[in-house]
Amino acid sequence: MNASTWEPTADLEALHTRARIMRLMRAFFSVRECLEVETPLLSQAGTTDPNIESYRVPVGAAQRFLITSPEFHMKRLLAAGSGSIFQIARVFRDRERGRWHNPEFTMLEWYRVGYDDHQLMAEVEELLRSVLGAWRDPGPGRKLRYQDLFMQYLQLDPLQASFDELHQAWIRTEGEVQGLVAGDRDALLDLLFGALLQPRLKGQGLVFVHDFPASQASLARLRADDARVAQRFEVFVDGVELGNGFCELTDAVEQRQRFERDLQRRAAAGQAAVSMDSHLVAALAHGLPPCAGVAIGIDRLCMLAGEYAHIDQVLPFPWECA
Amino acid sequence: MANYGTNDLRNGLKIMLDGDPYNIVECEFVKPGKGQAFTRVKIRNLKTGRVVDRTLKSGESVEGADVVDTDMQYLYNDGEHYHFMHATTFEQVGADDAAVGDASQWIKEQDMCVVTLYNGNPIAVTPPNFVVLQITETDPGVRGDTASGGGKPAKLETGAVVRVPLFIESGEYIKVDTRTGEYVSRAKE
Repeated sequence: MNASTWEPTADLEALHTRARIMRLMRAFFSVRECLEVETPLLSQAGTTDPNIESYRVPVGAAQRFLITSPEFHMKRLLAAGSGSIFQIARVFRDRERGRWHNPEFTMLEWYRVGYDDHQLMAEVEELLRSVLGAWRDPGPGRKLRYQDLFMQYLQLDPLQASFDELHQAWIRTEGEVQGLVAGDRDALLDLLFGALLQPRLKGQGLVFVHDFPASQASLARLRADDARVAQRFEVFVDGVELGNGFCELTDAVEQRQRFERDLQRRAAAGQAAVSMDSHLVAALAHGLPPCAGVAIGIDRLCMLAGEYAHIDQVLPFPWECA
Repeated sequence: MANYGTNDLRNGLKIMLDGDPYNIVECEFVKPGKGQAFTRVKIRNLKTGRVVDRTLKSGESVEGADVVDTDMQYLYNDGEHYHFMHATTFEQVGADDAAVGDASQWIKEQDMCVVTLYNGNPIAVTPPNFVVLQITETDPGVRGDTASGGGKPAKLETGAVVRVPLFIESGEYIKVDTRTGEYVSRAKE
């Protein structure tokens, strides 16, 4: 990509594709009793997730964080009784750059009160059919448990395999890894998933991978009948990861514990400290209605619609030209 | 040398790994959803030419390699080393067979080459993309045959053997693409 000129990297057709996707998404929700909302981009709290870095913006003597997702604010609206809501938001994640990543990107996030993860997957499928369907039919959705995906292609049980077994599975064909902390199973699961399994979903149309390991629950609740896994899913079209959804954790005590565990992990890894969102914990303590939420990457949706190979082709001004 | 973070890695960057200089030939950012980010690179060992895969966890850093590509003129071979001279500083370096590699079959004295220096020592030589060389040996030419696809082998003054059209005669000069080792056209000396 040429980063040295003033000109946009996306052509006019890509801009039209993006505009049409925005219209189709809003049309989808307008007939479905889901309220469009706007929430702040600059927050007093950042994300504690050790795998996501927030940008910090100095404000006087203090600092604020650019949101990495509108999730926390939207959950406060849900706790206040908003009912189902959606938002199309710009979000920011430091150091995420590549063919599929730009540090500033656009996200569609929505929450359904009273839904669980499987009901929400059904709605994601409808949304993708009506939005992406304007260019290509994503095909019928197929569900695949995270565990089965590993068993099928790597003959490894992600819930049981030891760090060494996972490590060997990678090294056998892909060479050494620099910076891996011994015992960090989740980093290896992420690597195997992202680099070896996700590409296997190419050409398979719409796939939902669900029941992620409890260690990767993030903000999802654990399954009541099997606490080894969380009610979390990711959605793929032809191997492209489009979004991540949860049956949301509503327990304030557990939420605070997860935040604290994240902060301990960050401290242990020497990562910058983040202020945890006590507003969110307070909202959960007040009462978050049972709900499920999902975020879809709109830039990647544009890439799939227009068959673009690089995210820079759907962004007028990607990171280096912004 | 500078240190590079995973976010600075890109194609063409020269880095040190296990004590050897490498060139990055492919670079891919991998990050599943909410997971740990990694950068995967394919790197070529600049001494051996071997390509290996490496994965770096996001936030790791690697040392840059003191590797520079320098335009130099090939002077002569003393039987052990190929001697090259920097065009402006007149500084000279001697490269061994391992560093010169395949370039030896294309270069003649006074040709301008790209010499890759690692800590000041030559580790690779890239010949000019096109060279003009005289044919020392080939089967007699077939007059009038300018279209026949077959061609025939011809030995050049540097020892290289390339396929040439049937009408080409021994003693003629031809232009060769060193990247493919293919005949391009007839040439004047």
